[in-house]
Amino acid sequence: MTLFLQQFVNGIALGSVYSLVALGLTLVYGVLKVPNFAHGALYMAGAYVSYVMLTSFGASYIVAMAVSVVVLAVLGGSMEWLVFRRLEGKTPVHSMIAALGLLFFMEGTADVIWGPTFRQVPTPFDGVVTLLGVNITEQRILVIVAAVVTMVGLYLLLKRTLVGMSIEAMAQDREGALLVGIDTRRVALLTFAISGALAAVAGSLIAPLLLVFPNMGELIILKAFVIVILGGMGSVPGAILGGYLLALAETMAGTYVSFAFSELIAFGLLVLVLVIRPTGLFQKGV
Amino acid sequence: MSAPLLRVEHLGMHFGGLKAVDDVDLDVPEGEITAVIGPNGAGKSTFFNVVSGFCTPTTGRVALNGVDVTGLAPHRIARLGVARTFQTTKLFPEAEVLDNVIIGRRQHTKSNVLDAILRTKRLRTEAAECRERARQALEFAGVLHLEALPVGSIPQEARKRVAIALALVAEPQLLLLDEPAAGINEEETSGLTALIRKVVESGIAVCLVEHKMRMVMDLSDRIVVLNQGKKIAEGTPEEIRGDPTVIDAYLGGSSHA
Amino acid sequence: MRLPPARGVALSLLLLTAILFPLLVDNPYLVSVVITAYVTAIAVYGLDVMLGYTGELSLAQGGFFGIGGYSAGILMATYEVSFWIALPAAVVMTAALGYVIGLAALRTRGDYFAIFTLAVGVMIVIIIERWEGVTGGTDGLIGIPPPSSIGPLRFDSLTAQYYLVLFFLVLTIYVVWSLVNSLVGRTFVAVRNSEELARAVGIDAGKTHQLSFVISAALAGLGGALYAVFLGYIGPAMGGVQMTFMMLVYLMIGGVASLAGPLVGTLLVTGLMQFLQAFAEYQMMALGPILVVVIIFFPKGLAGLAKLLPERWRR
Ligand SMILES: Nc1ncnc2c1ncn2[C@@H]1O[C@H](COP(=O)(O)OP(=O)(O)OP(=O)(O)O)[C@@H](O)[C@H]1O
Ligand SMILES: [Mg+2]
Repeated sequence: MTLFLQQFVNGIALGSVYSLVALGLTLVYGVLKVPNFAHGALYMAGAYVSYVMLTSFGASYIVAMAVSVVVLAVLGGSMEWLVFRRLEGKTPVHSMIAALGLLFFMEGTADVIWGPTFRQVPTPFDGVVTLLGVNITEQRILVIVAAVVTMVGLYLLLKRTLVGMSIEAMAQDREGALLVGIDTRRVALLTFAISGALAAVAGSLIAPLLLVFPNMGELIILKAFVIVILGGMGSVPGAILGGYLLALAETMAGTYVSFAFSELIAFGLLVLVLVIRPTGLFQKGV
Repeated sequence: MSAPLLRVEHLGMHFGGLKAVDDVDLDVPEGEITAVIGPNGAGKSTFFNVVSGFCTPTTGRVALNGVDVTGLAPHRIARLGVARTFQTTKLFPEAEVLDNVIIGRRQHTKSNVLDAILRTKRLRTEAAECRERARQALEFAGVLHLEALPVGSIPQEARKRVAIALALVAEPQLLLLDEPAAGINEEETSGLTALIRKVVESGIAVCLVEHKMRMVMDLSDRIVVLNQGKKIAEGTPEEIRGDPTVIDAYLGGSSHA
Repeated sequence: MRLPPARGVALSLLLLTAILFPLLVDNPYLVSVVITAYVTAIAVYGLDVMLGYTGELSLAQGGFFGIGGYSAGILMATYEVSFWIALPAAVVMTAALGYVIGLAALRTRGDYFAIFTLAVGVMIVIIIERWEGVTGGTDGLIGIPPPSSIGPLRFDSLTAQYYLVLFFLVLTIYVVWSLVNSLVGRTFVAVRNSEELARAVGIDAGKTHQLSFVISAALAGLGGALYAVFLGYIGPAMGGVQMTFMMLVYLMIGGVASLAGPLVGTLLVTGLMQFLQAFAEYQMMALGPILVVVIIFFPKGLAGLAKLLPERWRR
């Protein structure tokens, strides 16, 4: 039972990160219909910015994360401004190829600056809390709490602010949004910025638990795609729920079956979805 | 007595709660023009989508020459002799007019990858035949002079004629035309009317969806009226012209108010 | 379809240059660079069949390249099968796998298809890395012998290998050319231009996609197998997503849906990268933005530019 609880908490922590990454991906997809392959690189960059702030500038963890959020929001926004905006009206294939270009640019840049070495990120939250016989590192608690706070913040942003409501309106009906006078370009820019910020939070939170390296975003972005396809491309609740479910399934499978099996779950799910329902499980059919 | 070319029985196409087509019976006999009319959103295009296999109906069946084809894929139905055009005139963009029409003949050819690589006689004969037929279809539709132009550069009326040529090149038994005269002027419309008459005279049955009543009345042997998915009237142009339920449907029932 | 005479002459000249190249250039290193470019170009032609002519972005192309390479490599190094059997076996194997993967992947189109094939590509690398007993894991597979001789023809010299690879490249270009200029190629393009209309005129869009995907995988398999044999080595990176990305860069720079595009792009970029060896570190950092610029400003690549030029001159 303790083992189960232990793994449950670990799964929730991992799921928090999965959900944050999937959220950024799904927001951008909802608004622009671009599957942003470079999103994993934003997550990687977010982790590196925090790493630099912590190690080179001696910033506190919270400050490091805040800086990372700002930098990545700018980076995400400039992706839209410099690249995707210019591909408006072209086929989705064009945007996808551009996204791949951005992905390899960012990974290549990280490789040039920091090299392929795995970096350990220090955290002040290295204590352990014991609860019902379960040992939880403070960092994991921080991950879970910060993710929930971020998600609530995102929810309020989407539902309570004009910007957020325009994002939702545009995700539902781009032409309609244009007709009712929404500045679709500004909304697209903001959506990318928000998606960058979410990736930064996720990258900064996970960094001390895992290692930081240039390709760290490659696997998680695929998992995020699986989550987003399962939850319905563009769906916010789908991304959150899917993130936690996949992470729990993976941790449990890793504990009770085998690690190799846990890694296959995401791909297995993807195949399953395609075979059963290519448009996504929770999405309305065409 | 032989079965009609197209027979549709109790056809229903429901999208969630919306019954876009609701229990429709309809026959299209050989050699005639049958028009399907009705106000916007009546389910006319959806009816075509079901008949041509793009939608699998919720209820009922579709039969061609007495053979049940309900739920077959669009390319299978096409190969059974049903050609169609789309409401928003569809052509293959980024291709020239002749190339557009050639592909319409592909369903009658057998050349495969091996033929292509070995450049067999079959491939060469078929390719030449497709080209010849495509030019004939373009000539029939009166647009042969445009054969070398990219489809993006030709006027709307010509596009509509090319779309008809593309449908005809397969030598269908039944041609479904979805608003062929939308967005063109009076004169062009009468030209198109003449073309459609020529199509029927060549032995192809036509099922026509159109809002332009003059054209419908001029051409049709029979008219079927849909409203909110349901068939509300059927008859000759004269019968339909004076039918109060039809007038009601078009006026949205406001005459009762 | 007959070629216009001017193009025929140009082609013959090109072929002659390619044939004379190893005799004129007495630089084994350069010859081996060109060999690498040729084998990669074969796989890039495969990518073009799917992306350029059928309109779907397959991100498993690197994975298929790896499968071709490992199939040939394992057969030849581990089981000592002759190259002349291993090569076709590798191509068939890759094509068969492409067929099976296509059954699932082609239930989707567009972005979903790209995502799914990306996942397949990543999975292929993971399997290669984990299946150590067979593939040599992350170390890769070494000791793949050169092709055995047939009669008096020996393939242990670099020049002989160059001609063998050139033969397969020309064969690939011929196959792609004859497909594109046939009713089959027209069918691919019709499905790319409008799948809905293609179905309405009686084309089985599913089968067409499946065929294109299998051809695309087979060419990747051929390229990969030749690559493994001529390097004598294959590692997991050759089946990786980065490999797919490189192929995409070659294709986009050369120009999609053009017969010369894949070869020109591959030769040009691999050639430049050799000249700029000193900056190898910056390769990905530079290629990423180049790809983005190409996609935004020259989506038809060099082939597209070349088509524009004569029109300007005529004025
Ligand atoms: N794929 C679909 N999913 C959901 N609803 C649909 C679908 N296709 C059509 N409908 C709905 O079915 C109804 C009938 O539409 P349809 O396009 O058949 O009308 P129509 O008679 O062709 O109208 P118009 O004259 O404007 O072309 C409409 O309310 C439409 O919104
Ligand atoms: Mg309609």
